Amino acid sequence: MYDSGKIITGIVIFVVLVTFPIWYNLGRATPPPDPKIDTPVIQEMKVKQCIEPKQAMKGNHMKILDEWRHTVVRNGERIYTAPDGKQYDMSLQNTCMKCHSNKTQFCDQCHNYLKVNPYCWDCHIVPKEKK
Amino acid sequence: MIEKALTGSKGYYTWLGFLGIFILTGVGCYLYQFNEGLRITGLSRDVSWGFYIAQFTFLVGVAASAVMLVLPYYLHDVKAFGKITILGEFLAIASVTMCILFIFVDLGNPVRILNVMMYPTPNSILFWDMIVLNGYLFLNIFIGWNVLAAERKAVAPPKWVKPLIYISIPWAVSIHTVTAFLYAGLPGRHFWLTAIMAVRFLGSAFAAGPALLVILALIVRRTTGFDAGNEAIKKLINIITYAMLASIFFVILEIFTAFYSNIPSHKHALQYLFWGLEGHNKYTTWTWISVVVGILSALLLLLPWTRNKIGIAAVACAGVFASLWIEKGLTLVVTGFIPNPLEQVVEYAPTLPEILIGLGVWATGFLVLTLLYKIATDVKLDPNSAHVH
Amino acid sequence: MGLNRRDFLKIAGVSSLFGLGGKLAWEVLGPGALEASTKPAPLTAAKHWAMVIDTRKFKSEADMQKCIDACNKAHNVPQIPGAKEEIKWIWLEKYGHVFPDDEHQYVSEAVEHKRFLTFCNHCTNPPCVRVCPTQATFKRADGIVMMDMHRCIGCRFCMAGCPYGSRSFNWGDPRRYLKEPTNPEYPTRSKGVVEKCTFCEERLAKGLHPACVEASNGALIFGDLANPNSEVRKLLKENYSIRRKPGLGTAPNLFYLV
Repeated sequence: MYDSGKIITGIVIFVVLVTFPIWYNLGRATPPPDPKIDTPVIQEMKVKQCIEPKQAMKGNHMKILDEWRHTVVRNGERIYTAPDGKQYDMSLQNTCMKCHSNKTQFCDQCHNYLKVNPYCWDCHIVPKEKK
Repeated sequence: MIEKALTGSKGYYTWLGFLGIFILTGVGCYLYQFNEGLRITGLSRDVSWGFYIAQFTFLVGVAASAVMLVLPYYLHDVKAFGKITILGEFLAIASVTMCILFIFVDLGNPVRILNVMMYPTPNSILFWDMIVLNGYLFLNIFIGWNVLAAERKAVAPPKWVKPLIYISIPWAVSIHTVTAFLYAGLPGRHFWLTAIMAVRFLGSAFAAGPALLVILALIVRRTTGFDAGNEAIKKLINIITYAMLASIFFVILEIFTAFYSNIPSHKHALQYLFWGLEGHNKYTTWTWISVVVGILSALLLLLPWTRNKIGIAAVACAGVFASLWIEKGLTLVVTGFIPNPLEQVVEYAPTLPEILIGLGVWATGFLVLTLLYKIATDVKLDPNSAHVH
Repeated sequence: MGLNRRDFLKIAGVSSLFGLGGKLAWEVLGPGALEASTKPAPLTAAKHWAMVIDTRKFKSEADMQKCIDACNKAHNVPQIPGAKEEIKWIWLEKYGHVFPDDEHQYVSEAVEHKRFLTFCNHCTNPPCVRVCPTQATFKRADGIVMMDMHRCIGCRFCMAGCPYGSRSFNWGDPRRYLKEPTNPEYPTRSKGVVEKCTFCEERLAKGLHPACVEASNGALIFGDLANPNSEVRKLLKENYSIRRKPGLGTAPNLFYLV
């Protein structure tokens, strides 16, 4: 084989680069997410129900928020009617976070685990949490 | 053909390394800007575009100037341009690359750049600029590459290239027209609000672009032995001369309209450039250098006993390039913001990181240019590749 | 532009939910009646928001400063030192700067030394909206020139386009100058976006007047220009009013009584 040295070095570099994400994260154990909903507001609720069932919120909250911000900012419509007929002000800061006032224990749990970094908080103000 | 860019002389690698230093410095400064925001630049609430957008504007002109070779060569069969046309097309590719990078580094939210395509907005000139610039980039890549590849194999270029070549001619005019429209359609920016902005842009582009090309062709001749031909260079110098004279004439038109009409808001920006306004005069020296160097260079290129000496002509080309760079790559954009809409004078000067980012982009453009020219000259000088014309 | 069936049903439906069902929605939520309604409600039926600035009613600059402070507080506008990075939604300028075309050597002393409130004109033909490549700034059906901070790419074409200098760019992270948000109900901005006055659309949606109007002691009058009985129309009918740079065809919706 001609140039075997160069070829093998090339292959090694290629393999190292391609597997970079795997070994980069080796040994960095991120605790599995454990989102908490034990905020004072939620605890006072008789029926602990978000705007949609838990499963829907888990999978679709980002889509709902994306739709909300579009509807509010661009169409000037602010009222959301949930499947159960209840109405909400479409606001991350003033509706979602009023109940889920524990960003670190709620939002960040999964976001950190999945290494997603939504830029909501660059602008929207996070409720103060007791440490 | 790409492999030809990978092997070269020691000088070739040294030059690439030299460019690499500027590119890395630029990348480093850009990361700093990315984290800190555009506050690291000299830009302000009042002068909100500066060095980056000015470089972009200037380079759109350099890119468009390739048409000064393509048009005579393909439409009028000017055989003298047979060897140099590819240099012009590849210069266009490098210039458009720089244009796109300069727009990118100027954005406050670069990660959202695709919003321009996700929410197409035909009423925005910037939307059209994005379309014509990308289109022009691809046109030149397709045309340049295929013509060169065909030449290497000693066959005629594929038939579908011809229509692309013809499209690229008006397309080149469009990129600079649309870029001029970015400025010329804004109410309240008196310095830019002029119907001759697009033709002024084209005039200065057809002088500055070919001037750079003449210098590049001479460098290529010395370093690689590939000779674009004296006739081609002489013809280019003719083009540069008259484009430069037209360019100077257009500026005189602007000065006449502003000062004879005596409308203060139309005079302010020009007063600022030539004499300073309310004691602010950061750009007066630059302006006068541009004027004097520009006129002298135009004269050197016009008079037979200087223009025929290639050394003097080359210096004059450098003068044309420098003069127009000051005009379009520095003062034209900045002065549009002076005075501001509230008639206050707020000045601007780029900061060091801003200049280093700009140099990084220029170095990237010259890297692209070097690689492309290396490929082109190797193919052209290869005794096995025949010239089909 | 009339209220279409869909909008009617929406407003009627929502207002009945909040117990406003007795009257037609826009009778309740129309200008003038805004303060009466404190409950959340969708946008009112105004077709053309406008503001009259009665400069005669401002007794001192302190009065105007109250409007500025109210705005800054309501929108978490950071106080950045130095003119370079300044963020301004509403601020004070000399007559010659606000009305450069009308300035002359012999202008009355009262006017010459006075400063005027200036902010986004919410132009009827806004150049900023025309030039924006992503529709991040856009004109709403009710005339408000709005900013979509989620979409702005920070190209600053709108700043070049605005002939009034009403737009500010976040050259850095505004929170560096905002240790504590002044209004926890309103977001801040992030670095790299353009911002400006939005006629307090978030307050209008709640049936409240803009923050500056509320703080102005009657010197700022806000209302629907399309409604011939509105207070703004009445004031414009009875007083001589001027607008900034009318020759540019932008048709500002800020009217100054001097």
